[in-house]
Amino acid sequence: MPSFVIAEKCDGCKAQDKTACQYICPNDLMTLNRDLMKAYNQEPDQCWECYNCVKICPQQAIEVRGYADFVPLGGNVIPMRGSDSIMWTIKFRNGKLKRFKFPIRTTPEGSIDPYAGKPEANLDNIKKPGYFTHQGEGKEMPVITQK
Amino acid sequence: MEKETCTFSYCQKPEIVEVETDILIVGGGMSACGAAFESVRWAQAAEKAGKGPIKITLVDKAAMDRSGAVAMGLSAINTYMGENDPHDYVRYVRGDLMGIIREDLVFDLGRHVDDSVHNFEDWGLPIWKKDDKGHSVDGAQGLPKLRDGGTPVRSGRWQIMINGESYKVVVAEAAKKALGMENIYERVFIVKLLLDEKEENRIAAAVGFSVRENKVYIFKANAILLGCGGAVNVFRPRSVAEGQGRAWYPVWNSGSGYALGIQVGAELTMMENRFVPARFKDGYGPVGAWFLFFKAKATNALGEDYCAGENLEEAKKLYSPYAEKMGTAIRNHMMMMDMKKGKGPILMNTHTAMAELGKTMDAKQLKHLEAEAWEDFLDMCIGQAGVWAGMDIEPDQKPSEIMPTEPYLLGSHAGCAGFWVSGPDDLGAPEDWHWGYNRMSTVKGLFMMGDICGASGHKFSSGSHAEGRIAGKAAVAFVLDHKDFKPTISKSPEELAAEIYLPFEIYEKYKTYSTAPEVNPHYIKPRMLQARLQKIADEYFGGVSTWYMTSKTLLEEGLRQLQILKEDSARMAAKDLHELMRCWENYHRIWSIEAHAKHILFREETRYPGYYYRGDFLAIDDQNWKCFVNSRYDPKTGEWNCFKRDYVQLVSD
Ligand SMILES: Cc1cc2nc3c(=O)[nH]c(=O)nc-3n(C[C@H](O)[C@H](O)[C@H](O)COP(=O)(O)OP(=O)(O)OC[C@H]3O[C@@H](n4cnc5c(N)ncnc54)[C@H](O)[C@@H]3O)c2cc1C
Ligand code: SF4
Ligand code: SF4
Repeated sequence: MPSFVIAEKCDGCKAQDKTACQYICPNDLMTLNRDLMKAYNQEPDQCWECYNCVKICPQQAIEVRGYADFVPLGGNVIPMRGSDSIMWTIKFRNGKLKRFKFPIRTTPEGSIDPYAGKPEANLDNIKKPGYFTHQGEGKEMPVITQK
Repeated sequence: MEKETCTFSYCQKPEIVEVETDILIVGGGMSACGAAFESVRWAQAAEKAGKGPIKITLVDKAAMDRSGAVAMGLSAINTYMGENDPHDYVRYVRGDLMGIIREDLVFDLGRHVDDSVHNFEDWGLPIWKKDDKGHSVDGAQGLPKLRDGGTPVRSGRWQIMINGESYKVVVAEAAKKALGMENIYERVFIVKLLLDEKEENRIAAAVGFSVRENKVYIFKANAILLGCGGAVNVFRPRSVAEGQGRAWYPVWNSGSGYALGIQVGAELTMMENRFVPARFKDGYGPVGAWFLFFKAKATNALGEDYCAGENLEEAKKLYSPYAEKMGTAIRNHMMMMDMKKGKGPILMNTHTAMAELGKTMDAKQLKHLEAEAWEDFLDMCIGQAGVWAGMDIEPDQKPSEIMPTEPYLLGSHAGCAGFWVSGPDDLGAPEDWHWGYNRMSTVKGLFMMGDICGASGHKFSSGSHAEGRIAGKAAVAFVLDHKDFKPTISKSPEELAAEIYLPFEIYEKYKTYSTAPEVNPHYIKPRMLQARLQKIADEYFGGVSTWYMTSKTLLEEGLRQLQILKEDSARMAAKDLHELMRCWENYHRIWSIEAHAKHILFREETRYPGYYYRGDFLAIDDQNWKCFVNSRYDPKTGEWNCFKRDYVQLVSD
């Protein structure tokens, strides 16, 4: 339906002002039903199956049911995203299972210092080609010679 | 119909927030993150030199961690020079885009791009490496980084493999840290740009609204960097029910980049170009790794290579010498030749490719190979893994269908639709190709990046980031040169808010007229606006239902109907903030497709067979049309003008 929320598992992110799934959906689909305090996908036919709501839900309450136009029932694909890797479980319609694990990042989340170890920019060179990094490392920018 | 205006008599008046900034970055995708990273560093230098502070603000309609085309992740970085020469990169891009590109922009990108990739790796993106035995290993095994001489795993000449599930999260984290969260507005949708009241053809502001609360935003800026991505779902998609969400191009890039720039009069280039990727059928999973990395062969259902023999001979008659080069468009063309002969389904022979690779592998390596095949989908198109699971397809057991998708408009993947911009001044390009600030459009102070910077495709994720950096740096230079500029806007904040909230006013005013709010003669809901737009585009501008075929007569009729749709868009209705966003997204789609149709109409040849056909001019005509087609919408008169600009070859064959 693309993404759907399992009623029993969703706790509405404990009534915080922003639910995790609503925060992350790039297409503004996940929304909270305030009467039930449960989330739902308000426009299933605009869902890219990007799984970002699935990956972020602290209750693992969201799954994806493949697009009904072309995906037969019975299979599913379920992620478990950790801090440095992701585990995938794929269940086929015929019941067969496959599991895969892949790294996702090599630095702790939130630890990036974008300019650590990088040169400063030199304003005298702002109209010359090359980024502050190229210029700071003394790299020459090639020009077109094979005319 | 009578013109409706918003006086806030029916709908609630929003709070109006005015933000003044030196630089405004619109979008939070790859190019915007690049722009943030580079521009902040230059702004720091300016401040140190006593020329600051320079305030840099970013606005994204979604959450930067997962916004734009890389929201789901990617399995490859498609532009990395490494041992390659940027001259060859220009040759490759020119070949794939049927001979017409801005070689100054493409070369410039090629010479810059690797630095962005090196930064991604520093920040924590795992990049696959080759170990000393030549085997590929994932990017978290601690092998030397690319910048320290590590060997990437090439899937093609320009592509390198990554473990990219968190690609966007990593790139966004660096951009957010650079900017500071206090300078970032997430969930704010930009509706329009404003020109300065006093200075001719000069950008001054962007206006939009919060998708979360009743607020309208006015960002006044000295320079604006646009990076809102291309346009999806402008054509009727092949899957029209739930599956329309599974467009190949991300459903949330709705043509804002094009529409925002067009309406302030920025010159367009190559808007006739479109991208029709051949992908795994329905799930639209990527085929690049299957072709390049796993060496799979695509055939018709009879096992024949559709890009050879009779088909190739036929194609050469109309499209030589381009047919021989086997660009992406031409391969589509020949695939469709077989589809029309009933020789489908077209198959990607994953099973034979894996069997071939498996011949020299032990059990452990085979297992690794299988994981690599699945990771390609799980990193960037999970829906396709869902299709395989639902249909009991294991790639090592049986082949999968591939098919050309509905058309999309974009300029950073294998397409080149976008704006005409100033290039670098040190590459020997014609004098009128550069006017001082790299990637600045023909509107003073307005810069273009990523998918909407035209005539320079094949940038991909890394190249879009790299281009954002080039533009970000140039924008700082621009601001330093124009320190005294004070933006003036002709309309009052209340007038602007009323324009943006008009769909609310209309809905509230008329909603009780009928018993079901979806059907009401006084207004049109965004869903139906989109359906009508897609029907017009599909049937008149060469979508899937006509096998991408159009002509002068079809285009003219479609444009006439589109004009009426544009009139009707003055009666869009929204019941909540979410629908208000859908209204303005579809309004942006209308402008994008209008530009596309006008350009196709002007170019009297079939430059991109396999993407679209002009039935009245079926061949490629290099004599008359090896040139850029550019256009400009005049915001003062409302007139749209198409014209030619010379193509100039800068890099030898
Ligand atoms: C399906 C697919 C697969 C791809 N695979 C690869 C690959 O394997 N390797 C590779 O290197 N590249 C790949 N690419 C290319 C790469 O993703 C793009 O080149 C790149 O993301 C373009 O960057 P951008 O900044 O122009 O747009 P995006 O990254 O798409 O960002 C657009 C941004 O604009 C925001 N926005 C849009 N409208 C508005 C508005 N009105 N107001 C405010 N914000 C707005 C969006 O929220 C988003 O943040 C792929 C692209 C697609 C579509
Ligand atoms: S993130 Fe999960 S628990 Fe929180 S509201 Fe969404 S579905 Fe419910
Ligand atoms: S899968 Fe993606 S597009 Fe669909 S609801 Fe979840 S976050 Fe949104």
